[in-house]
Amino acid sequence: MSNEISKFSDPGLPEHVHRKTDIDPKAEKRAEQQVAILFVLSALCTVLTIYSYLFIKTDTFVFLPIMGDTNAHQLFLGIGLAGSLLFIGFGAVHWAKQLMPDTEVVALRHEMRSEDVDREDFVQTVKDRAGAAGLGRRTLIKRSLGLAVGIIGLTPLVMLRDLGPLPRKQLNTTSWAKGTRLVTDPGNKPIHVNDLEVGAVAQVLPELPAGTERTLENIGTDAVLLIRLRPEDFQLDSERLSWTHEGIIAFSKICSHMGCAVALYEQQTKHLLCPCHQSTFDVTRAAKVIFGPAARPLPQLAITVDNQGYLVAQQGFTEPIGPSFWERSS
Amino acid sequence: MNFGFKKVANYRRHRFAAPVLIVVALISLGTTFSVASALTGGAHMVGAEQTTLVQEGKEIFARGCSSCHGINAEGGGIAPALVGVGAASVDFQVGTGRMPMADMSQQAMRKRPVYNPEQTAALAAYVASLAPGPAAVNDAQLTYERDGNTAQGGELFRTNCAMCHNFAGQGGALTQGKYAPTLMGVEPKHIYEALITGPQSMPVFSDKVITPQEKLSIIKWLKAAESEPNLGGASLGRVGPVTEGLLVWTLGLGILIGIAVWLTIKAR
Amino acid sequence: MKTSEKIAGTVANYVDERTGAAKWLKKNLTKVFPDHWSFMLGEICLYSFIILLLSGTFLTFWFDPSQREVVYNGSYAPLSNLTMSASYASTLHISFDVRGGLLMRQIHHWAALIFMAGIIAHLLRVFFTGAFRKPREFNWLIGVGLVTLGIVEGFLGYSLPDDLLSGTGIRIAEAILQAIPVVGSYLAFFAFGGAFPGHVFIPRIYTVHVLLLPGIFLALITVHLMLVWYQKHTQYPGPGRTEKNVVGYPLMPVYMAKAGGFFFIVFGVTAFLGAVASINPIWLYGPYTPGQISAGSQPDFYMGWLDGLVRMAPPIETHAFGHTISWNILLPGLIIPGILFTGMALYPFIESWITGDKQEHHLLDRPRNVPNRTALGAMSLAFMLIILVNGGNDIIATHFHLTINQIMWFTRIGVIVIPPIVFVITKRLCLSLQRADREIVLHGKETGRLVMLPHGEFVEVHQELTPAQKFTLTQHSQPEPLAIPDTDAGGVRNPAGIKGKIRARMSQANAEQIIAPSEAEVKAIDGGHH
Repeated sequence: MSNEISKFSDPGLPEHVHRKTDIDPKAEKRAEQQVAILFVLSALCTVLTIYSYLFIKTDTFVFLPIMGDTNAHQLFLGIGLAGSLLFIGFGAVHWAKQLMPDTEVVALRHEMRSEDVDREDFVQTVKDRAGAAGLGRRTLIKRSLGLAVGIIGLTPLVMLRDLGPLPRKQLNTTSWAKGTRLVTDPGNKPIHVNDLEVGAVAQVLPELPAGTERTLENIGTDAVLLIRLRPEDFQLDSERLSWTHEGIIAFSKICSHMGCAVALYEQQTKHLLCPCHQSTFDVTRAAKVIFGPAARPLPQLAITVDNQGYLVAQQGFTEPIGPSFWERSS
Repeated sequence: MNFGFKKVANYRRHRFAAPVLIVVALISLGTTFSVASALTGGAHMVGAEQTTLVQEGKEIFARGCSSCHGINAEGGGIAPALVGVGAASVDFQVGTGRMPMADMSQQAMRKRPVYNPEQTAALAAYVASLAPGPAAVNDAQLTYERDGNTAQGGELFRTNCAMCHNFAGQGGALTQGKYAPTLMGVEPKHIYEALITGPQSMPVFSDKVITPQEKLSIIKWLKAAESEPNLGGASLGRVGPVTEGLLVWTLGLGILIGIAVWLTIKAR
Repeated sequence: MKTSEKIAGTVANYVDERTGAAKWLKKNLTKVFPDHWSFMLGEICLYSFIILLLSGTFLTFWFDPSQREVVYNGSYAPLSNLTMSASYASTLHISFDVRGGLLMRQIHHWAALIFMAGIIAHLLRVFFTGAFRKPREFNWLIGVGLVTLGIVEGFLGYSLPDDLLSGTGIRIAEAILQAIPVVGSYLAFFAFGGAFPGHVFIPRIYTVHVLLLPGIFLALITVHLMLVWYQKHTQYPGPGRTEKNVVGYPLMPVYMAKAGGFFFIVFGVTAFLGAVASINPIWLYGPYTPGQISAGSQPDFYMGWLDGLVRMAPPIETHAFGHTISWNILLPGLIIPGILFTGMALYPFIESWITGDKQEHHLLDRPRNVPNRTALGAMSLAFMLIILVNGGNDIIATHFHLTINQIMWFTRIGVIVIPPIVFVITKRLCLSLQRADREIVLHGKETGRLVMLPHGEFVEVHQELTPAQKFTLTQHSQPEPLAIPDTDAGGVRNPAGIKGKIRARMSQANAEQIIAPSEAEVKAIDGGHH
């Protein structure tokens, strides 16, 4: 398929140019010494490495320009190791470049393709021996083999069943229920309605029954962000408004996009920003998504106060929290 | 009638006319200025014995803040009202140089303070006199070395602060060009005051939600992080994998390719 | 005979009597390898892999992959008495209480980054020089497999310490799993042994990271190298180099020294980085808990493009018949990467289908001589760089005083608009370079020296190229586009139909080039100057 115009002819390999070390024995000697020096430097660096490991205390610090206070143990150990390796490398390469023969050598390639006679022999061999095994004819064997081999592939799959429980309703459940008190994270202090000023936020978790350990899985579903605005700042329908209390509103802290903690509250704009993928939620409109890839608002937790004025949940979440999944209906 | 004018006018084109005029102008301007400020200074000094800090603050406020914040701190189109923000807000905003704001950009930047500590205290006293608000804090009150717990402070920081200010307090991006600034090199009192006043985009961290002792722990942790040397070598900014990735393509692969070139070029 | 020679002889005899090694050793010790720095990029990957094995093994002697909760009482004070997983605590232990531990951790992580950067550079070199063409398609496929597995292996590796940054990455991976239609929630619960984060994920990925994937890597890399060995390495065109030979230096002693030396150099540079540059300071990130997050959270760079794609995705979910499909996660997380990597894997076959080229190729292409492929590569690179930029949009915004919103919109629109522009510009650039080559072959190089001719005319002296240079610039084959006529001579319609038409069209576009000059053309021009 090539262009048929004859191009330039190949002038062949260029003339070999000798290196200084090929011609001048003094240069050769010098190169040899240079290689030796490099190898000796490597050995010295190994000594530095071992010395640093054994004798420089791990809490020694030394001040260096640009790097500031640096851990001397770590630094000299590492520089020693780096040097011991680098100088072997430099020595070997310098040796190859200066002293080993650098005449270009030509070797022939052979076509990858096998000879025709080999190919024919191969085909004939396979045909003969497959025929002898009866692969072409014995359909009963073929089919039953197919069944055995095919079905045995199911065993490893089935044996992985106990990797984990079936999700069932777990993705829809949190620890929040009617009357659950809101407590601070960390600290587990209950929050009184007067504890929050306008413009304040609190990281919140549900109060767990006495004696229950809080697990990371709990935090992963229960984490809530509490924000206080002025009641007139809200642009909510009456139902969602009834889920707030005197300007205090609560949202699930687990991003409805991919589950990062959304707690970046901009007090002046009343926006919540998730730092993972920059989804932005408008708190005044029940965490409606106004920018970024999140497709759903953050679930809102309905809150009120108990008879002592502490903040409690009116009910659990009315939808699954966190990222979407196939069985999620909205 | 040309009484004396003609005499002076004759020297209009004299070669010394220009220099003389400049000297005269300078002297008269300078004298007027110093007399004027001496007068006001004098008036100030005369009233110093009777003027309280509040009065001084009010005067500074009128000169430097009222054009945006209103003559009675009632707020204006571009600046919020300062009634009720408390001495703490003023101490923070003015003490970190954020106020007066240099340009009307997305948010006030930390910069060299315009007012010295006395003036700042005066402004704070004035604003505090307008309505009750959080009181300013001084460093002596912040006994974080004694009363704070570094590990607890780290946990509190990571839960309440890292999402804006980054895991090591280096700062982070907010929307529309706003940002949470770096917390390195901030005075403990300013950290405390920011927590209780919630400047600009930052929310308020009430004392019941993060107790004063917990706030001290946060400050202790921040100071520890600030003074902690980079334990693995040069830190690359403590912002995570972005700078690490940049370094590997430049210093890492760059050096290796350079060495590969040396390795393969023919020796002379 | 010297003692050393005697001993060597005995050993050689012992081994040969049992393996017949002398024959194949003799053949292979004299094997010829072409010498070019761009051929060492793959070596960077290979040596980094070995460094990863060595440093990784060191780390496994102290790392505890369990997620059981422990109270930290090691020497790093700002975390004392905090509850954390054993994997995090053991990583702190390695960093602060094992001498050389932090150095090894850093060497391991830098080696992983160099491994991935080397793979990308190597991939680009192979692509732009056409080294994937017959007979090396299998090696290309293995390479695509290696880069994909490398991304996974790196992700699993930096997730092992269970710190806040990598834990966030795992949360996002779980969300991708969970979003898969029909089976998503089951896959997620099986992978994590229940709800996120669970306490089995880290031990499980530990096995994948230290046993399964390294084993697969060893196998794939071995086949990859064996193919290179057996098929012989490609070479750049030049005088004395043909499709039927390989010109270079022998394995023994030159290549052993250079390649062996380069291993030590790669190791040394990695160790140097581990000594002076902090990487993955997990003690600053803190232990992972789902209730915390840091501003500026990103994965390592080789996954940054994926993060950028996820960030710019339109917020689309469909809800139908009680079920949800999250296009905002599936498109950037699985579908588009799937298309990209499948396209990359299939490229050699697509190109040979377009060109109809069934020949073996051992001489590399100069990128300018294959403008379509080079432009396609540049376009893909532009695409990847744009989405990579979006992956770091918050860091870029704070450092360059931009807004994340601006960067997001720029990259959303840019990712569609900029790659085609890059394609066109690159293709035109290649054609211009071809034209420039043609010029200097026909007319020689401009020297900038002016000479006055006897009759007063000023001319610039042109330096004629050497025969070697002329050959190098014109040796490339310039295939005609495929002729796939609609109907044959008898008027019968071509059954290939639309596919044939597309193929013909693409072949036409692919064959656009400047015809290289021939010897005859040069002779036709008087002398070497005019």
